[in-house]
Parts: sequence; C-alpha cells; structure tokens
Amino acid sequence: MEIYGTGIASRLMLGTAQYPSPAVLADAFRRSGAGIATVSVRRESGGERAGTAFWDLVRELGVRVLPNTASCHSVREAVTTAQMARELFDTPWIKLEVIGHADTLQPDPFGLVEAARILVGEGFEVFPYTTEDVVLADRLLEAGCEVLMPWGAPIGTGLGLTNIYGLRTLRAQFPDVPMVVDAGLGLPSQAAMAMEMGFDAVLLNTAVAKAGDPAAMAEGFARAVEAGRLAYEADPMEPRDMAAPSTPVIGRAFLE
Amino acid sequence: MKIRINGEEIEARGQTLAAILEELGYGEAKVATAVNETFVPATARGVTLSPGDRIEIVAPRQGG
Repeated sequence: MEIYGTGIASRLMLGTAQYPSPAVLADAFRRSGAGIATVSVRRESGGERAGTAFWDLVRELGVRVLPNTASCHSVREAVTTAQMARELFDTPWIKLEVIGHADTLQPDPFGLVEAARILVGEGFEVFPYTTEDVVLADRLLEAGCEVLMPWGAPIGTGLGLTNIYGLRTLRAQFPDVPMVVDAGLGLPSQAAMAMEMGFDAVLLNTAVAKAGDPAAMAEGFARAVEAGRLAYEADPMEPRDMAAPSTPVIGRAFLE
Repeated sequence: MKIRINGEEIEARGQTLAAILEELGYGEAKVATAVNETFVPATARGVTLSPGDRIEIVAPRQGG
C-alpha cells in the first residue's frame, strides 16, 4: 500500500495516547508491528521538557509519525496547529481533525474541506478524519487529499463499524483511494471486518491503550488486520439464504 | 509588557519572541510557536511582540 508515494508496510496504525506508562506504550507498539504512530502537539511550560521526553520515546519506536490536529474546532486553529506540528515533527503528513460537535466529536465537514484545501496549498499531505459521507469524500479529494480516514464510530467509543452500509458505499465509490478506518474500533473482530470490506488500513488508539493488557490487545489487532486483509484478497464467497451441502451428495450411503 | 503565554497573562521583560522564550526557560526545548493564532516558524522568532499578544508554545505529545 502507498500513501502519498510512501510505501506502508503495516496496515495497522496506532495512537500513542492514554497508555498506563511509556514502557507499556513501547511494548504495545512492538507487538502491534505498527509502522505509523499518531502524535499531537500540546502546550508546554518553560523548563517542563515533557515534549522532549515523549519525542525521545517515539524516536526509539522507529516508526513514522502522523501528527494530528485533535481538538481543533475551527479552520484557523487546525491550520495553525498543522503548521506547528510540521515544524516540530519535520513531516508534511497531518491527520486533519476539525471537530464540529462536542458530544460526538463528529468532523465539521465544511471546516474540514476548507482546512484541507489551505493545507494542501501549503504543501501538506493531508489525512482527513472524516465521516462515511460520499459527497464530503468527493470534496476532500477535490481539495487535494490522496487518502481518506472515515470513522467507524465516534472517537473513543469502541462501538465498531456503526454504519456498514455507508462505509461499504464509500469504499465502492472510490475504489482506488487509500482509506483508513479511523476511530471507534474496540475489538480486533471489528478491525478484521473493516479489512474484509476492502479498507486499506485501520487506525486505533483507545482500544489498545485502555485494554487490561495493551500489548496483548495490540497483537490481537495486528493478527485481525492481517486476517481481514488476507480474506479480502482471497475474494470471499457470496453469502446465500438456503443451505448448500459442502460434502458431496453423490456416493452417499443408503441412497435409494 | 503584559502578554499571554498559553492562556496565562505574564509580565515579560523581553521584546522579541526569542527573548521571551529564553526568559521563560524554553532555551533549546523542542517547541513550536504561534502569535495571535498565526504560526511563527523558529526562523522568525526575532519578531517584536506587542502588549496583549497571545502566544502559544507547544511541544510533541501523545495523540490518537
């Protein structure tokens, strides 16, 4: 898989927030096999150096970073945050979040497109956190995005794929656009399902970080993503309503 | 002059963003900055500030 011309080895992307400790975070990353880590920027007080310590930890993981604009509610905030992140992390990649609703953390579709257009114009490679809306997806692609990150469910809920029809439609409408299901996954089976549906990768954080054993859950997700991708590539059978015997009927004993 | 740093008002002696970062102990810390919601790259921190300016100083953090 390639995103913005960069080969992506692992189809599991992992967030770096909410782990019980830096050691657990590092262990989870090792067992996940993730090659991309999401990170953020936050206020730092003088002499604190928390940012430096965190940055040292991330560099030891040996992964590529995808900074986000989490919690930004306006285009201006998101653009400025992206610009600061580009300087801090030395990458043109930005996971663009423009939040439009406090309770659902649903993307603001209007602000998202506007911010994406500005950032693409400034040379950013934008990974928009979006919904399964096909019209919005079209506008984001028009704005210059080369990847889409539709939500499975609202951030941090662990509800899985709440609009399977919408996600399937989105996938089918833009078959050649790399798509990462981002947010809302709680279990490996949900990640496997997203991969079986033909999504190119999944991005998650809370499901691993808040598990009782984050490293084990990270490995569980890694295996599920691999299984789901294999299944997709294997071209699954068509489901049917009536039973069809799998064992040959011809040659059955006691056949009159 | 009175300016706001990360949402808190302070009395700063320095006149430029670079001087104020030094004054507040950021030194060589890995930070990025914005003034009045506009990004100020590290190469432009010689910019002179005005009373009431709102400065954001951010660093890498955990994120999802």
